[in-house]
Amino acid sequence: MALDKEEIAKRIAQELENNTYVNLGIGIPTLVANYVPENINVEFQSENGVLGMGPFPYKGQEDPDMINAGKQTITTLPGAVLFDSAISFAMIRGRHIQLSVLGAMEVAENGDIANWKIPGKMVKGMGGAMDLVASSENIIVAMTHTNRQGKSKLLKKCTLPITGVSCIKKIVTDLAVVEVTPYGFKLTERAPGVDVEEIVQATEADLIIKGDIPEMDL
Amino acid sequence: MINKEVKKIEQAISGVVSGMTLMFGGFGLSGIPENSIEALAKLNIFDLTCISNNAGVDDFGLGLLLKRRQIKKMISSYVGENAEFERQMLSKELDVELIPQGTLAERCRAGGAGIPAFFTPAGYGTEVQQEKEIRVFDGKKYILENALIADFSFVKAWKGDAAGNLIYKGTARNFNPLMAMAGKITVAEVEELVPAGELDPNQIHTPGVFVQRIIQGERFEKRIENRTVRNL
Repeated sequence: MALDKEEIAKRIAQELENNTYVNLGIGIPTLVANYVPENINVEFQSENGVLGMGPFPYKGQEDPDMINAGKQTITTLPGAVLFDSAISFAMIRGRHIQLSVLGAMEVAENGDIANWKIPGKMVKGMGGAMDLVASSENIIVAMTHTNRQGKSKLLKKCTLPITGVSCIKKIVTDLAVVEVTPYGFKLTERAPGVDVEEIVQATEADLIIKGDIPEMDL
Repeated sequence: MINKEVKKIEQAISGVVSGMTLMFGGFGLSGIPENSIEALAKLNIFDLTCISNNAGVDDFGLGLLLKRRQIKKMISSYVGENAEFERQMLSKELDVELIPQGTLAERCRAGGAGIPAFFTPAGYGTEVQQEKEIRVFDGKKYILENALIADFSFVKAWKGDAAGNLIYKGTARNFNPLMAMAGKITVAEVEELVPAGELDPNQIHTPGVFVQRIIQGERFEKRIENRTVRNL
């Protein structure tokens, strides 16, 4: 079975390292905060100016002055700090944030990512994505393996305007975990019950497949 | 103490004319100068270039100026929440320059700090790069981005004093301190205006030197764009 969004987030949460600062993008990446392993301590940064983001507030406790990058109401945890947008991106550009998790419309086998524009159709803007992908030490993409038309989002080359060049290190989709290597995409895990052939069929780019590919441990 | 206090919103926005470049603080609807925007939406001023991270929603924030076609050009990083905006942009009625959020913040900061331009890695190899100068530092490629300044900057703070000193609250700070620096005339609207001397100088975020006019906002709706709560 292909993973649902929550399961993709759960798998990505296994990538979190202890005592690190992490930026989560809008959409599936936001869900990662719900699955932080018990023995792991991470601080979540939101580009609009908060480090030490906590869970959503209880009903009645929502504060219009306390939101995340997706404009959702949030809370803060002890030790949290608030700052302006220039300081926020100093943290990001200056590589003080160890991991970024973001969504994508396409990823190419050289690590290029496209996630901000469909010419003539949808132009939402890049928000902080271009700053994040240009500077983060480690970037993981959370996305479905194919788009709504059933077309592969893992490509030899991006067809949409790109957000950043050769920057993605790992992709977790509903079907697989794929690493971006100097030689292209390497399949490292498959969703429970999904066989390698199914993943190959759903992937436009070539996949490096070595030995048995284990199932994800969720 | 140089007294920056003005009593009426009409005074606060006086001098804004058609064709000017205006900055607006805020992220989404959080920390937007809503009183100033409402007042500007009542004036017959057009062909504005507006610099703001977002463009409001259809009936609130900068959406009010968009609806009256007062904006000729918008400089933003993310405009996804406004259907009228998207319509005007795709039909080319509105000129839009989308720039990376960190670049936008730094361009405002630089403008206010007397730094004419800087190199950033954001946007290298993308449409944002255009014809901009590229320079390699320690093997990594960067693009040259120019500073931004505005004829007027409109910002919103939580508390302020008559000297123009400002304190923000929560994530409503965002672009406000940077745009306050980058305005030739900066207008600050605050939820609570106190006499000079009442704010602790240690706790001030924006020094009053960056602010030319300060006003107690008449009404703050502080609309929540995406109310999200935890399940019990």
